[in-house]
Amino acid sequence: MKAIKACLAGLALIGLAPAAMAAGGAMHLDEGETALPDWPFEGPFGRFDQAAVQRGFQVYTEVCAACHSMDLLSYRNLGEPGGPFYSDDEEATQSQVAAFASSYQVTEIDDFGDEVYRPARPSDSFVSPYPNPQAAAAANGGAIPPDFSVITKARHGGASYIYRLMTGYPDSEEFHGNELHINDDHSHGVLTQPVGLYYNPYFAGDTSGNWEGDPRHAPAGGFLAMPPQLFDGRVEYMDGTEATREQLAADVAQFLAWAGEPKMENRKSLGMGVMIYLFFLALIVYFSYKQIWRNVDH
Amino acid sequence: MSGHESTYKPNTGIEKWLDARLPIVRLVHGSFVDFPTPKNLNYWWTFGGILAFCLATQIITGIVLAMHYVPNTEMAFASVERIMRDVEYGWLMRYIHANGASMFFLAVYIHMFRGLYYGSYKAPREISWILGVVIYLLMTGTAFMGYVLPWGQMSLHGASVITSLIGSLPLVGEQIQIWLQGAPSIGNSTLNRFFSLHYLLPFMIAGVVVLHIWAFHTTGNNNPAGIEIKDPKKDAVPFHPYYTVKDGFAIIVFMLIFAGFVFYAPNVLGHADNYIEGNPLKTPAHIVPEWYLLPFYAILRAITFDVGPIPAKLGGVIAMFGAIAIMFVLPWLDTSKVRSLRYRPLARQFFFGFVLVCGLLGVAGASNPDDVVIPTGEDTLRYEVALADTPNAVEVARANDGKIVSQRDERVVIDFVDYEASLAFEEESGTLVDPTVKHHGITWLPVAQLLTLLYFAYFLLALPLLGLVERAKDEPETIADSIHPKNGSADAVAAE
Repeated sequence: MKAIKACLAGLALIGLAPAAMAAGGAMHLDEGETALPDWPFEGPFGRFDQAAVQRGFQVYTEVCAACHSMDLLSYRNLGEPGGPFYSDDEEATQSQVAAFASSYQVTEIDDFGDEVYRPARPSDSFVSPYPNPQAAAAANGGAIPPDFSVITKARHGGASYIYRLMTGYPDSEEFHGNELHINDDHSHGVLTQPVGLYYNPYFAGDTSGNWEGDPRHAPAGGFLAMPPQLFDGRVEYMDGTEATREQLAADVAQFLAWAGEPKMENRKSLGMGVMIYLFFLALIVYFSYKQIWRNVDH
Repeated sequence: MSGHESTYKPNTGIEKWLDARLPIVRLVHGSFVDFPTPKNLNYWWTFGGILAFCLATQIITGIVLAMHYVPNTEMAFASVERIMRDVEYGWLMRYIHANGASMFFLAVYIHMFRGLYYGSYKAPREISWILGVVIYLLMTGTAFMGYVLPWGQMSLHGASVITSLIGSLPLVGEQIQIWLQGAPSIGNSTLNRFFSLHYLLPFMIAGVVVLHIWAFHTTGNNNPAGIEIKDPKKDAVPFHPYYTVKDGFAIIVFMLIFAGFVFYAPNVLGHADNYIEGNPLKTPAHIVPEWYLLPFYAILRAITFDVGPIPAKLGGVIAMFGAIAIMFVLPWLDTSKVRSLRYRPLARQFFFGFVLVCGLLGVAGASNPDDVVIPTGEDTLRYEVALADTPNAVEVARANDGKIVSQRDERVVIDFVDYEASLAFEEESGTLVDPTVKHHGITWLPVAQLLTLLYFAYFLLALPLLGLVERAKDEPETIADSIHPKNGSADAVAAE
């Protein structure tokens, strides 16, 4: 039995290693380089912190939603268990969701065949900031802002990646015009930001073309079309939490983690029951096996 | 399906009535109740039952998923997420199905290595083995097409890479590729036929599984000692309850590991890029298949040279399919009469080497072929300059500790270790050429090529030759003897 378990564990590792290696893309900075928040949703008993999800939802609505769609979410999802509007009082939840949805306008065809606007209902999916991809690209220098519905699953590192990206931009004081002088253990030289792009050490890309210095030590990261968005006080939190850049980033990352995996709490709590059930079933069957085979030499 | 006398006794009237008309209960009874099974089967033998469980799980969850999935390139990605969000327990169905594919392959690889180790492919079980290889081929096809269905970035571009392989076949390749894709490029018609085939193939697998079981129930099970049942009373036990309970226990332990992935790390075996909706205009940085196909992907990419009239791309395709096809003739490549490697100490060493090669091929498949595995020196800054533009390049380079790598046709390649020296060279020679970073070391490509060679050498050299040169240990007379050795050959058993 031990041999089998060891082999299974080994094979599982072989399976995992390539998946991790295949990730590629952005530099993987060591865990220690940026202190990450303690995500409450990690681990087998992990749960979302609803207050943080609510704050993150506020950040998304007030900051991100200007450019980033969330096509796969509907307004009703906000009032479902784990969502920012969820509470024990179902009626209050419903009216909050309905009130929020109605602040958006959607089009429909009326009985005369004309396209008319009406306030969104909870059953409508999130209204996109742009009518089509072409409009999104045109408004953002050719780069289409990615949809946020499953962004934490679509990026290696998930919520931690979002947090690092949002807090990873160099401070504006560090720039001389569009030049960034870097002098650390790894890189010595000058990085020139292309017009309309912004350097971020956590964004997947290549800096060597814009790097004046030893090409072997070009800084990690790449350039993206999104300027730094989060800074202290960008949002005034309704719950009075101090809106530091780190707080904003951690909250919005947690909101996005919820949005990408709204059934996570459900999954983990069901999983615990399944694991316990299987464990005891395994014990019972193991002793049955011992009992049945007790008189057989094998 | 059983090659032994039936002991089924219909007791009730309805059983007798049915047995006289369709002896299906007798068939099941003979195959899965009183079937004489060697009593020395170890836990490696439970993977057959585990695989049956995997197939059933995939079919059941797959049928439910197909009720909600939309095979249309515009809607497929969103429909999968809709299953995760809006279908009751849809997330559970989908995560079981997605991780189930990985668990299925994990189990089938253990099952195949078990067959290799204990010589289960040797006479008289060649047909069982060949049918097993057919099942494995169908599994890879099914898994590949299933991975395309969510229409993520890896789905789309993986499908594009694999179908374009077919296009490399001479004469008919392009026609077959278009026929498979349903169009000159990957698109909605590809997705539709892949969905159709992904639904069909599992039932074909189930059919071949029946033949597979029929075949080894005709010959009887192999076993860790690799010798046949002589006296069923001493050597065998009825399948039920002895092996139903043992397989049952193993399946439950397997389910525990399976559930660990489904509930606590459902996306760890997948690739993040597949949560980005497929976009034909944007190619991912690294296109990689799922982990279970990586060794074959490594073999495919290892052939980078033309072999006579065969261009490299076609050579890679031949090598990749050859790596599976060679298993069809395995029963006739192994010249040893001894089945179990318990009694073949030398062959056993080669077997473990082969397992290692397969694992390393997997790592090679996940890696970029140009990345350095074993560095042999510091990275250098490399200039490739024309003497026509910079006539003094060689002298200036020498003066600044530059290394002349080559000089041919008025073109010089110079390496610098020191960055300051490279700047001095640029200034003094007046060159406008920018240096590239040159890595020094052995890259994955030659490693993958060596591993590919070793993979084929195991089948084509090691197995045929070992049987001729190796002196095997004495096999026990009977299965019962293998459990209680008579002549003090206990180490043979202990060495399992």
